[in-house]
Parts: sequence; structure tokens; C-alpha cells
Amino acid sequence: MPRIHVQVQTEPFDPTHESTLLLAGHPDVGAMASFVGLVRGDGGLCSMELEHYPGMTESMMTRIAESAVSRFGLLGCTIIHRVGRLTVGAPIVLVLCTAAHRGTAFAAVEFVMDWLKSRAPFWKKEEFSDGRIQWVQPREQDAHSLQRWEDGQGDSPGIASPSSPAPPSKAE
Amino acid sequence: MPDILYFAWLRDRLGHDREAMVLPSGVTRVSDLVSVLQARGGAYGEIFGQPELVRVAVNQSFATLDASIGPDDEIAFFPPVTGG
Repeated sequence: MPRIHVQVQTEPFDPTHESTLLLAGHPDVGAMASFVGLVRGDGGLCSMELEHYPGMTESMMTRIAESAVSRFGLLGCTIIHRVGRLTVGAPIVLVLCTAAHRGTAFAAVEFVMDWLKSRAPFWKKEEFSDGRIQWVQPREQDAHSLQRWEDGQGDSPGIASPSSPAPPSKAE
Repeated sequence: MPDILYFAWLRDRLGHDREAMVLPSGVTRVSDLVSVLQARGGAYGEIFGQPELVRVAVNQSFATLDASIGPDDEIAFFPPVTGG
């Protein structure tokens, strides 16, 4: 039975501890790939505030993990995402994928990150050393990164594309 | 009555993160609600007059303009997500 663990938390995560939990009872694992995203301090950025939509976030993270497990035949998947105020260098997100072989483990981590970037309801507000504050805008690249997974294999997370609501008819 | 939630800069601009609203008669889809909110004018008019800036979830699942809504639903409006 593949092990899936998703969590939203303010406190830091411990990748070693999470790896141990994911591997326990799985002697069939031959590869574990991991990704840690950090607060990047460019452009005078000193911290960021992450907010999310409690409830929906966890359910989207679970769906993304489940579809990664199904698509890549993973033996386990952990996704931990932090919220609250995080300073430069702080870890934001941890993804761990375990599989029999490295190819699927590597690919699954990218798959999870691409879906997380575009479908999990988190928002970042950047705070700069000169006092400026701004909400992060989505990058076009993130939407493009998703497209490579939409190849009709039928095991995408089954998430309706959150396309923008079109304007109400101007005739109204 | 449905709860309407706002996140990120939508909440900052509107000044609150949720409201309970009795749906006016004839409001059965997300698009109807967007029209009602836009008609309030002010920050609502600006935001919901540019719906390309806004994403919507109904009962915590991404939805589109033609999704049905009813009195017991949780409807959330927010900008495109930027996690990860």
C-alpha cells in the first residue's frame, strides 16, 4: 500500500525524519528523490508571508500526491508546505517520492511540483528591505510546465482547470 | 446562506475575508454572483469587472463561471495561486 502524507504547517520540516517515516516498512523502495524549495533573497527581498485556503489546500495536495502515485507507480509520496512568515533561506516546501527505480522517482517529484505551483491554493506576499510589499504574480512558465504532463494518460489530478471566469456578458 | 470567502490581495482590497450572503433570486451560477458583486461598485466593481484576475472555488474545488451555486455552498474568490 503506497504511503501518502501531506501537511501544511508553520514550523520547519525535517527531511531526514520525513524520509524515515516514508521508508518505514517499504523494503521494496530502491530510489527516493526529494525537492526542497527555499525563499530566494533576490531583488532586496527579506521575507515572505504565505497564506493558504485551509481545507482546500490539503485536499488538493492529497489529489496531487495520489495522482503522482498512480501515474508513476510510486511506493510513497510526502508533500509538506509551510505557511506564515518565512525569511530568506527558509525552506518552504518538501516533496519526497519513493519508487523501485530512480527514473520514476525523479519524474514524480517534478510532476508534484508542477501541479503544486499551479493548483494548490497558496499565495505569497513578498516583503523587501526598502519596505515595499507585493503579492507574487503567477509565472507563465508555471502554466507551461504543466502542459508536459497533460498527455492524455488520464491520471492527472483530475482537477478542473482553474481558468479565469470570463467576464459576464457585456450585454447584461 | 452561502459563505463567500476572499483570499490574498482580493481580501486586502475588499477589506474582509468572508461574508454571508443571501443569494438574490435568479443567482444560480458563479457568473450570476460575479455580476452581483461587480454591481456593488468600488473595489468590488474593479475586481469583478476584471474576472481574468480572479479564480473561483465552489466547496473547495476549482470551478468555472457556469458552475451551479446554492444556499449551502462555500464559494471562494482568489488570485491565481503562487505556492511551491
